[in-house]
Amino acid sequence: MRIVRTSPHIHGALRTDKAMLFVIIALIPSALWGVWAFGISALLVLLVSIAASVLTEYLLGLVSKEFTLKDFSAVVTGLLVGMNMPPSVPLYIPVIASAFAMAVVKWTFGGLGCNWMNPALAGRVFVFFSFTSQMSTFTPVRWMALDALSSATPLSALKAASAAGAVGTSSELLSAAGLPVSAFADSLSSATGISPYAIDAFFGNMGGCIGEVSALLLLAGGIFLLATKIITWRIPVVYLASFAILSWVFGGVPYGRGVFHGEIFLPLFSGGLMLGAFFMATDWVTTPTTPKGEIIFALGCGFFTFLIRYFGSLPEGVSLAIILMNIVTPTIERFVKPKRFGAVKKEKKEVKA
Amino acid sequence: MNKLATFRRGGVHPDDKKALSKDKKLERLPLPHEIVVSMSQHLGAPALLVKKKGDEVKKGEVIGEEAGYISASVHSPVDGVVKDIIKVRVASGAVADAAVIECSPEQSNPFEEKHDWKSLSSSEIVDLIRKMGIVGMGGATFPTAVKVTIPMGKEVEALIINGVECEPYLTSDYRLMIEKPDEVLEGVMIAAKAVNPRRIIIGIEANKMDAVSLLEARISGFGYPIAVMPLKTKYPQGDEKQLIKATIGKEVPSGMLPLDVGAVVCNLGTCYALYEAAVYHKPLIERVITVSGEGINEPKNIIAPIGTKFSDLIAFCGGEKDDSAELVAGGPMMGFDVSDSATPMVKGSGGLLSLPLSADDFSAPCVLCGKCVQHCPMGLQPNKMFRNIKYGNYQAAMDLGLMDCKECGCCAYTCPSHLPLVQGFKLGKKMGRKKK
Repeated sequence: MRIVRTSPHIHGALRTDKAMLFVIIALIPSALWGVWAFGISALLVLLVSIAASVLTEYLLGLVSKEFTLKDFSAVVTGLLVGMNMPPSVPLYIPVIASAFAMAVVKWTFGGLGCNWMNPALAGRVFVFFSFTSQMSTFTPVRWMALDALSSATPLSALKAASAAGAVGTSSELLSAAGLPVSAFADSLSSATGISPYAIDAFFGNMGGCIGEVSALLLLAGGIFLLATKIITWRIPVVYLASFAILSWVFGGVPYGRGVFHGEIFLPLFSGGLMLGAFFMATDWVTTPTTPKGEIIFALGCGFFTFLIRYFGSLPEGVSLAIILMNIVTPTIERFVKPKRFGAVKKEKKEVKA
Repeated sequence: MNKLATFRRGGVHPDDKKALSKDKKLERLPLPHEIVVSMSQHLGAPALLVKKKGDEVKKGEVIGEEAGYISASVHSPVDGVVKDIIKVRVASGAVADAAVIECSPEQSNPFEEKHDWKSLSSSEIVDLIRKMGIVGMGGATFPTAVKVTIPMGKEVEALIINGVECEPYLTSDYRLMIEKPDEVLEGVMIAAKAVNPRRIIIGIEANKMDAVSLLEARISGFGYPIAVMPLKTKYPQGDEKQLIKATIGKEVPSGMLPLDVGAVVCNLGTCYALYEAAVYHKPLIERVITVSGEGINEPKNIIAPIGTKFSDLIAFCGGEKDDSAELVAGGPMMGFDVSDSATPMVKGSGGLLSLPLSADDFSAPCVLCGKCVQHCPMGLQPNKMFRNIKYGNYQAAMDLGLMDCKECGCCAYTCPSHLPLVQGFKLGKKMGRKKK
C-alpha cells in the first residue's frame, strides 16, 4: 500500500507538542531554583498548579469529546501558573488560577490556538485581584531570611519607598528600606560598581514568585528556546530593550532624580520581567504572527510594563502589560501585513487641483 | 568569504540529501520492453495523437502534434510499434491519450550528424526549438519556444540559467554540469542566440561549488558577458521569481512575467536539451532523472527515454526496500505522489523518490505561531488564507494573495501543527477560479 498525499513530502522538525515539551524543559531549571530557594511548599504549589490544569483540561475534554492532553499545552499552562505564585500561597489559590486559565480563558474560546489571552497570565491576574493580600505575601529566599522586612520583594519595597516620597537611586532606596543583600553580591558590587540588588536578583537571591527569582536561569531557558527556534528574538529582545531604555530615561523620575538617571540592571532582573519576556510574551497563540507585528507587540509590552511599574499603584506590571497587548493583538494582526513579493503599487490618485 | 547572493524573504533549509546520488555517474537505462508516451507532457493543451494502433514508429518521429500556441509536439523516443492507445494518468494528475509503444530490439541512432546552428537567425532557432518539442525541464514544463519568443519592443536584459536545483535529493542538473559542461554551455549560447540578452547569469547553489568552479573555468574564453553566480543554499531558490530576485535583485510584479523585468529564466537541463536539438536535431525524447530516496536500494542518475515506466527505473536501481511507503515524482517539496508504479515519466520528470514511512500522523489546530508567515517567500499570510479556505471564504483568501502562492511548501514544511496548508491552497485556487 502506498501513501498518497499532497506535497511537501518532508517536514521540518518543529512540532507543536515537542515545542511545548521544550518550553517545559526550558522552564525546569528556574522552577527547580525556586523550589531550592523556597523549600518544599514551592514544590507543592507547582505540582498542585500542574495537576489542577491537567485535570481541568481532561474533564473539559470529556465534555467536548476531545483528548488534548497529548499536546502538553495544559502542563505548560499549569507550570507557568505555579511559577507565577508566591511560594507560601494557600494551595486553593493556584487551583483556582489553573482552573480559570483552562476553563474560562482557553476552553470556552475553542481550546488550543483560540484563546485570546495568555491563559496562565489570565489565571494569575484573576487570582491576584481576587486574593490580593495572599498573592502579595512573599517569603524571602531561605538563606537570606534575616528579619521581617526582608519579606518584601525589591519591587514592592521600591513602591512603598516612592509612595513615602523617598529620593535616591532605586538601590539606595532598597538599602534604606533594609532589604538584605548576600555577601557575594556585596563583594561583586564593590568590584564592578553594579548595584548589589541587581546582582542578587540576577543570581536568584531575591524574594518573589517561585519561577521568577533567578534571572540567570530564565535567560538560559530563553536562549534554549531561541536556539531551538521555538521563539524568535524579536519579542524578548525588543521587549527587554524598550523597557531598559525607558527605565534608564524616565526611571529616576518617581524617585525624584529626573530624566536619564534611572537604573537599568535592577529593573531588568527583578520581578517577573525575564519570565514574561521569554516565556509569556512569546506565547504563539496570543502574539502577532508577522515580524513587524511582533515588534509592535513587544514595544507595547515594554511601554506598559514601564508605565505600571513606575507610575502605577501596583508593584508589578509584566503580567498586566502582556495581557493588555494580548488584547490588542487581533488589531495589530488586522492592520500589520507583511510586504508581499512583487506587490503591485496602487496607482496614486492625481492630486492636481 | 563574500556573502553569497540569495533572495531575501522567507525560505527554508531542508536537509538536501544530495549525497545519496551526488556521485553517481549518468547511466543509460537499458531499453525497456514497452513505454507509455502521454500526450500531456507539458503545460498547456495536450498534443494531438496522430498514430493509430498498429502503426510503426521511428525514433524521433512526431507522434503527437502541438495543439495550439502553448503546447508542444511529442516525438517517439524509440523505434517500435504502437501496441495500444490508452488513457493514462501522469504524476501531475493530468489524464490524456497515450501511445503504448513496444520497443523494437534493434534501435537506430539517427542523431549522430552534427549541424551548424550559429548561422541560423534567432527566429529560425525558435522554430527549431518548437519543432523539437522542447519544454522547461525543471518541472513546470512550460513550452520553451513560447518562452524564448520575445515580443516586439521587449528587450532581454539578462538570461538567467537555473542550475539551482534547490529541491532535496535531486542531482540530475548537477550531474549534467559535472559530466557535460561544454554541451550545457553550448546550449546556453543557443538560448542566448534566441533571446539576445545583454548578459547571461548562471545561478548555482553553494552546495554545488565544484560545479561552479568547473563552469567558471570554461566560460573564460567565451567573449560574451556571462557569469557563474554561486548562491546561498536556500529553498525555493530554484523558483523563477526567487532566482530573479537573487541574481539581478528585481521582483517580478504580482501577476506579471519575468520578461516584464527584462529577464528570461531557462533551466539548465533545458539548455542541454537545446544543445542536442540544435546540434544533432534530436527532439526531446529522453532526459536525466534522479532515482533516489531512503527507500531505493541503489540511488542513480539515469538517462531514460520519455515514457519509461517508474517501475522499470526502480528495477534498474535494485528495487525498493521493504520499508518504502511513498513514491514521489519530482522533488520532496513540490513533487507528486503516485500510487501506481507503472505511471510513465514525462518531459518534466527530474526525480523519482522512494521514501520510507515517516510515522508522523501528528495534527493539532493552528496555534498562530507565525512560522508560515515568516517563511513564506512570497510574503503571504498562509495562516489567514488557510482559515478562510477552511470556512469557504475563497474570495477572502484570493484577496490575501492566494494566486501569488506557488505551492512551494515552505509553510507546510515549517508548520508545527502539520496543517495541510498546500492542499488547502490547491483547493482554494480551484474553487476561487470557479467562482470568478
